[in-house]
Amino acid sequence: MTTPQFAVPPSGHHLAQVNVGRTVAPLDSPELADFVAQLAEVNALAERSPGFVWRMVDEAGADATGLHPDEDDHLLQINCSVWESVAALRDFTYRSGHLRVLARRREWFQRSDGAHQAMWWVPIGHRPSVAEAMARIAAIRAHGPGPEAFTFREAGATALREAGPVPGGAG
Amino acid sequence: MTAEDSSIEALGALADPVRRALYRHVAEAPEEVGRDAAAEAAGVSRSLAAFHLDKLVDAGLLAASYRRPAGRGGPGAGRPAKVYRRADAEFAVALPPREYGAAGRLLAEVVERAGLDRELQAAARAAGEQEQAPDLPEALRGRGYAPFLDGEVLRLRNCPFHALADEFPALVCGMNLALLAGLAGEGWTAAMDPCAGGCCVSLSKNNKD
Repeated sequence: MTTPQFAVPPSGHHLAQVNVGRTVAPLDSPELADFVAQLAEVNALAERSPGFVWRMVDEAGADATGLHPDEDDHLLQINCSVWESVAALRDFTYRSGHLRVLARRREWFQRSDGAHQAMWWVPIGHRPSVAEAMARIAAIRAHGPGPEAFTFREAGATALREAGPVPGGAG
Repeated sequence: MTAEDSSIEALGALADPVRRALYRHVAEAPEEVGRDAAAEAAGVSRSLAAFHLDKLVDAGLLAASYRRPAGRGGPGAGRPAKVYRRADAEFAVALPPREYGAAGRLLAEVVERAGLDRELQAAARAAGEQEQAPDLPEALRGRGYAPFLDGEVLRLRNCPFHALADEFPALVCGMNLALLAGLAGEGWTAAMDPCAGGCCVSLSKNNKD
């Protein structure tokens, strides 16, 4: 697989990632109890993972559950973070204890018909807003993956190369 | 030359039993293997091992690099030793042609879209439980995980679902975790503990009270 040009990290940039999901019930319901109970632990795991830069939080500051990207849909949750590289995000998402939580996603989240995640490059130090993140998902829904927003699938070959024995590269 | 031709040519290099023993030893080793260790494992001389290891590199089945022995460096450290590891490329030949990978990819796509993670995990766990055996490492070896003991922890040198796991990680790694939990049974605990190029799951024996 060849990597599309837009999935290659530009210098001076970090990777921002957003995903949204509709819970099967309100967060304070018994259906979501296991999920809510693990949130703090998973967020702490993200923060101590190599390559973690930042994650979006609400006014309370612990997690993003108080942010409502859609005012009319209080089941819709947003999760947004910034990482040093695609490989760092991939290692946390799929190769850490986070996978145990991810494997239970269908107990807690409805499946989405359209795109529910997006990644894009941000200048180092930039912190994406909810509106910015939602616009990236909208971009994938409207035009498919491209320079404005892409997914792990397009970035796959990048992650493999970054995971190779030569560190640094295009950082 | 077709893709089938090149796969057959690569796999043809394994027809020789010495070469096959060398390949298996290197492929299952947790780390890169030097010529001396490979020769000893295959029970042949160092020069014969070197000859066959390089043939395996030519065939694309192994990859070679050079490494200085641990604890030595600077002038007088001697030449770096040639070490071998399994190549990343995948080779498969099915005669007559079978496309189970393509079918697996389509099925995964549909299962993912339908959100059937839990159903898949239940089936994987049941399949694992059915094959529970007293000797877990042997059962894992039979399923292609290439297990090795790292202290008390059983690590898996190979991911049998590699390409599918790469494409559908949440779905396929979740399935794999359930399969391993089923296969390991009560005596072991499965944890996420990535090892480069292998399966991300490790298994630790539960302490008996």
